[in-house]
Order: sequence, then structure tokens, then C-alpha cells
Amino acid sequence: MVEIKNSLENDVFTIYVIGEVDASSSIHLDESISEATNKYKKIMVNCEQLEYISSAGLGVFMSYINDLEESGIKLVIYGLSDKVKHVFQILGLDQLLKITENEEEAKGIVNGV
Amino acid sequence: MEYKFKVPCSKNKLGEIREFLQRVLSENSIPEVTVNTLILAVDEVCANLIIHSHKCNPEEHLELKVKVDRSSEITFDIIDRGDGFNIGDYKEPLISDIVKQKRKGGIGLMLVRRIMDEIELIEGEKKNVYRLHKKI
Repeated sequence: MVEIKNSLENDVFTIYVIGEVDASSSIHLDESISEATNKYKKIMVNCEQLEYISSAGLGVFMSYINDLEESGIKLVIYGLSDKVKHVFQILGLDQLLKITENEEEAKGIVNGV
Repeated sequence: MEYKFKVPCSKNKLGEIREFLQRVLSENSIPEVTVNTLILAVDEVCANLIIHSHKCNPEEHLELKVKVDRSSEITFDIIDRGDGFNIGDYKEPLISDIVKQKRKGGIGLMLVRRIMDEIELIEGEKKNVYRLHKKI
């Protein structure tokens, strides 16, 4: 089960991913990122409460990599626990996506600081 | 020690499979990051079987057996009935192609291969055993 929450601060849109993203729930993450990328250029994905991610969730992030580049959208993932970060690292996806430790660094990146 | 679990082929049951594995692996004092990757590998195989081999039909079932032996080798058996799918025959796509094609799937079995030491398919007349080995 995953719960998705959103917030908007100035022009920075944040998606909070809470719980577990697997083959049954990745669709919710996908819908949420799809909606965000249609409206905003600065997106942060707060994963502080993301407890688990499987290939279905990784696949969602991967499927946007090209769109983000083409549309000039900045999307930064932050707050991954060690175990979840390791899942991104197994296939080197941490090198293809923008991942930072915390909110402050993520804000710096989306704001081009 | 051997642990068993049986679930209907429904994607909603993946969470229960992970809870079962978490209970088993946490009894055996394995580091959290390793526990999570082992759970991930089994979850990926189960998700593949549930979605592709069983078309999410809850009338059909998967059985799981986990064996932890004293030399710290863990064996996960995922057992189903139907046409066997040999993970060894699976051709890995390139990550760069998946990104280019904006595909959302296709990396589950890559993860399984990176995580586990050995993957076997034992095909019987009535059942298939997908056996994953890992030395801890």
C-alpha cells in the first residue's frame, strides 16, 4: 500500500511517497508524477517515509527520465533510507536520476542554486 | 529451519508475501539492507509469476518455502503449477534502451539476478520450483 500526498510551495511541487511501492501500487506513483510533470517544472519527491520499492516503482521513475530532459523539468528524489537507496544502486539508477540526501539539497537543485 | 507460506495469485498479496519473508529473515539476524534485497528478489519473481504466468487469477496459488541452513545459506523456493518460465533464458535489456523507450517494466529479473547467487528452475510434471540461493 502506498499513500501519496502533495504540497506546493511557491513554484516547487512536492510529492510525498509514503509506504510501499510494488507491482500493485506503482500505478499511484505513476499517476502522481504524470500529473506533476504536466503542470510543474520544479518537482521534489519526498521519500522519507518510503519503506519499500520494487522494480515496478523504479520503472516509473525511469520512464520519466527522457521526458524530464526534453521538457526541462527538474525532478529530485530525496530522503531515501539506506535500504531503499541500495535498491536504486543495484542497477545504477542512482546515477540516472537526481537523488539527494535531504530537502534542503533537493530545493537547491530544483531552484538551480 | 524451513518456513512455508501459500498465497492466491493476486498482486494485492505481494505485501503479505513480504511480511512473511520479513518475519522469517528477521528471526535469523541478517542485516536490514540484505533482508530488504532478499525480499525484493522474491517479490520480483512472485510478481512476475502472478502477473504473467497466472494473469492475476486468485483461484491459482503460489507456495513459498524458505530454508535457512546453519552454514548461512538461504534457499527460497517459489512453487507454482503451469508453464515454467526459465529465468536463465531471459535476455537482459539494456538500461539505456529501457530509458529511451520509456518502458516501465523489464528490470525485475535483472534485480533478481544481481541479488541472488544462483537461480534454478526445477520443472516437474505438475509443478515448477523457482529456486533462489543466497549465501549470507
